[in-house]
Order: sequence, then structure tokens, then C-alpha cells
Amino acid sequence: MSISLTVNGSPHQIDADPSTPLLYVLRDDLALNGAKYGCGLGQCGSCTVVVDGEAVLSCMVPVMLLEGREITTIEGLGTIDDPGPLQQAFIELQAAQCGYCIPGMMMSAHALLRRNAQPSDEDIREALATNLCRCGTHMRILAAIRRAGELMKAASLPESDERRAG
Amino acid sequence: MRALRAAIVFIAAVFVAAGVFFLLAWRSEIPEDAAAAQASFAPDLVAKGAQLAALGNCIACHTVPGKPAFSGGLAVPTPFGTIYSTNITPDRETGIGGWNEAAFQRAMNEGVDRNGSHLYPAFPYDHFTRVSEEDNRALYAFLMTRAAVKAEAPENDLQFPLTFRPLLACWKLLFFDRGELEPDSGQSEAWTRGRYLAEGLGHCGACHTPRNAFGAEDRDRNFGGGEAEGWQAYAINKDSKAPIPWDEQSLAFYLRNGWHEFHGVSRGPMAEVTGNLSALPDSDIMAIATYVTSIMGDPTPERGERAAQLREQFEGDRLEQTADSQSSLVSASGAGSGEAIYIAACASCHEGRQRQPFGGLNFELSTAVNAPNPQNIVNIVLFGLPPADGEASAVMPAFRHLLNDQQVADVLAYMRERFSEEPAWAGLVELVANTRSGAHKVTIRPSDGIERAPHNVGAEEG
Repeated sequence: MSISLTVNGSPHQIDADPSTPLLYVLRDDLALNGAKYGCGLGQCGSCTVVVDGEAVLSCMVPVMLLEGREITTIEGLGTIDDPGPLQQAFIELQAAQCGYCIPGMMMSAHALLRRNAQPSDEDIREALATNLCRCGTHMRILAAIRRAGELMKAASLPESDERRAG
Repeated sequence: MRALRAAIVFIAAVFVAAGVFFLLAWRSEIPEDAAAAQASFAPDLVAKGAQLAALGNCIACHTVPGKPAFSGGLAVPTPFGTIYSTNITPDRETGIGGWNEAAFQRAMNEGVDRNGSHLYPAFPYDHFTRVSEEDNRALYAFLMTRAAVKAEAPENDLQFPLTFRPLLACWKLLFFDRGELEPDSGQSEAWTRGRYLAEGLGHCGACHTPRNAFGAEDRDRNFGGGEAEGWQAYAINKDSKAPIPWDEQSLAFYLRNGWHEFHGVSRGPMAEVTGNLSALPDSDIMAIATYVTSIMGDPTPERGERAAQLREQFEGDRLEQTADSQSSLVSASGAGSGEAIYIAACASCHEGRQRQPFGGLNFELSTAVNAPNPQNIVNIVLFGLPPADGEASAVMPAFRHLLNDQQVADVLAYMRERFSEEPAWAGLVELVANTRSGAHKVTIRPSDGIERAPHNVGAEEG
């Protein structure tokens, strides 16, 4: 069955069973391998993507629910040559250890920062409560998200564009 | 002349009525005791009080999530307006720091505060009046040894004439049965203890018993199901809809652990209750289970038969042999139907191999699917079950960003049809819309409750 999905701003026609989880379609059909398969049960958060501005777990969302909706994956936040503020901040603060959970962490953070560019640590902990990390880089992840907020704020000020300048 | 006499009689009658009302309503002030908060208490007494405070779940109402414990100010919505819980820390100005023990005993026993004002029955003194003087003494010792917090609760937001507290004396006259329960000689020691805990400090009925138009518990329908913080408190009498009826063992396990393999995970305000009950010894938990299951009574033969089948199907390792679902039935009824969404989004966990409490409960076992009111299952689908802070816990992802009102309604209608013999739920779409919008306010709690630690991460005012 053909389903149309919009991922990172681009339309795609996918031929898949409508009950297929979004994660499989992203990885297998669209070669967007940023979102990771962790538990497959919506318990670990490594498959987190953003749908219409909200963090959702792609391992348990059937694609039939996503027609006409705006899906953003980590690939939509920037590129290797031109990383977005979240990616830049995670690199700057070396927030990844093994890195498996990081795309999910960043997408939950992305949804949070869209709502609230200056989240408190409490806000960040709450937004990322469903994202697990076994390596234990939580303190750096917290710092990176705060930093990303700063970068976004700086980028939105007309007189200084840190990202381009830096 | 006749008119004058009538006027005199009338005026006299008014005075007599006013006098009676005054006697009924008036309570003396107990003078402030400046030294009360400085008193010292035996450590054993304080420790016992801590246990009792956990049983009474005092912290849940007397704390705003994220704020210091017992400092009050939580908005308690009632059909009559909003009542804000009071500060029960030993702060002299804003808390109970100036209360001597007699004032505390009176508040628990009669629902009257230190200065003689009647308290609103949002403070469940209809239950706390059953608490022994000795236990109140321990509770007092515990509360008076907490950190004093200066915090003034907001003014209650109630309609006139309810703002006139002496009227509560009339409420009490009609609905308040003061004092400890009479012993029932025909019952076991465990039952008697269980009744004392459940009907007294535990105040189970405050949520699980329906209330009348005056906000008083309807004693004829004790444990017949009520409401709390936007959640349905299920019937825990003969009307319980649990597919496998509760028994002493399963209820005790649930109260002890916050989950049971045949009943699922406690959530909503009950998560706090099971969380707090961890402070109690096993014997007390068992006693509560003994008493509450005696109220439920023995299941009917049909219910018992059905339960035996379900046990056979779901007990222990059998689950792993039978559960292999998520077959693609989507084409049968078309993508996007309630059935298709259920199979694609719900069944992978709820018909999976993962055991309780980490796997989804099979809906064959679900009280929620069989409940007369779908509110709880709507809450859970929309808001999920947030993880406990810093420990392994049951989790369910929220679906509010993925399913629209119609889709949630479709899934629930399908589940009701498939997993329950009960009639279809009416007005699902509207209920989902109102719950989502906050018109029906729901408090969201992780599966371990929240208000037990200074950090209430994960607490969210829904």
C-alpha cells in the first residue's frame, strides 16, 4: 500500500504495510539511519523523532497515522558540514559516549527547545525522562541542551549571528 | 394585638433557632501554644507517625508537586469550587506550629481547626474521626518534627454561602458520624485491623465511594466507585469490574508492589497510595486486603468461571506460549480504523511477551476496559504513564500527539467491543476532546506516584 510521508521537508511515496512502524520506514526505505532501534517497545527513547513539533517514539507509531504530517529526524537538524545548533552544542560539549541514544536525546531536546529556548534543568530532565542512556553522559547532555538554547537565542538575534561567525 | 403576638412569637423563634445554630456551630478557640513547635518527641513515636502519615497519604494533598513537603497550597477541585490545602508544617504563622496536641486531636476527630472554625470535608475527617487518640499523638509528633515552612495557602475559591464556615455544622449534623468504629466481635483480628486502617487514616472511601449532592460519601454504596483528580476510582465492592476478581493475596501484592500480573500497574492518584503504603508492615497491608476483599465478597459463579479461564490463559509462563500476535489484520478492516490502530500501535506491547509490570497488560485482564466510565483509559492513552524518577518503572508512551480525538475514540470503541461484555461507551469523542483540552482536568503521575521525595521530577499538572 502506498503512503505519502513528509520527512525533513521532503515528500516521499512509500510502499509499505500501513501498520509498519515509522522507524522501519525511515531506516529501511529512506536510509535515514539516525533514529535507532533500541527496545522496540517505546521504553528507551533511542528512536525518538519529532512529528508536528512533538517528540514521538518512531518504533511504535504505525505509518498509517502519519500521512500529511510533518516528520523531522535528526538528519533534518543540520548536516556534517553545517550542523544545527543542537548538533553543534553536542559536539562542542562532547555529550556523546557510545552515541546510540543521542539522536533520540537530541530530538526530544529539539521538541523542548522549540517550545522553550531557555529550559531549566528540571524542564530538560522532564522532557528527556523517556530517553535512556547507559553510558551515563547525562550531565554533558544537560549542558549541551542548555548550550544549544544559547546558540539558538544568539542565532535569532539580528545583530549577531554566532553560528555563521563561529 | 394578634399581629403583635405573632411578631413576638416569630422573633422568639428566630432567636431560638439562632441560639440552637450557635450552639451547634460554635467551637471554642484553643489558645495558641507558642512552645508547641519546640516540643521534643520520642523517636519511636515520630517513626510511628511517619508510617501513619504515609498511610494517610497526607503528603499528596498537603504538598504542591515540586514544593516542600506538607507546606500546603495544592488546589483541590470540588463540585463546589476550589479548596486549597493547608500548610501542616510546624511554622507558627502559616502552619500548625502554634497547635498543641489537643488542637490536632480535635481537627482529626471533629474537623475543627485550632481557632474553632469548621473545616471543609475535603479534609477527610469523616474518616480521620475513626483514628485512635494514640495514633493521632504519633501523627502529631511526626508533623511537629518536620521542617517548618513559611507558606500561605491561597484563599479558597468557593461560592457563597459555602464561604460561611458555621454552615458546615449543619453538614456535619446530616452526614458526619463522629468517633471510632464499634468492634465487630464476629470478625477476625486482621479484618478489624484492616477496617481500622482502610476506613480511618487510609480513607479509601474518600475516592472509592460515590458522593451525594452535598459532597458526602453515600454510605449505602460504600466502595461503589468514585472519582479523584480527574480519574475514576474503581468500584472495590461487589461491583468491581476486574475480570479476575481480587482476592486477599492479589490485593495485598498490588498494594505492596503497585502492580499485579492479573490487574496491571497502579497509576493516577492510586500510584501515590501504593507508593506511600510501602512504609507499612506486611501485616497491615494484608489486613487492608482482608477487609477490602470482604467488602467485595465472593464472585458470582459465572465470574468465577471466566476468571478460571483467564488464569489458565495468563498465569506465569503460559503468557509466553500464547502471546504471538501482531499478525497483520489491518487489511481486514482498513488502515486507520480503531482495530487497525490497536493492532499496529497497542498490541505489540499489550499482547507481547513482556511480563508485568514492564509489559502492557493484556486487555482481557483490564478493569479499565470493563469500567462503566472510560475516563481512565482515555487519560492513559492521551497522557501515558510517565517514568518514575531515577529508577526502573512501568512506562507507557503518551499518544496525544499521534492520535486525534476520533482515532482515540475508535481505538477505545474497538477495545471495548473486543475485550468486554459491557455495552459500548457513549460520548467517547467528546470525552477525549475535553480531556485533551483540559476542560476535564487530569493530574498526571508516574507509576510510583510523586510526592515522596523532595524532587518531584516528572510531576506535571495536567
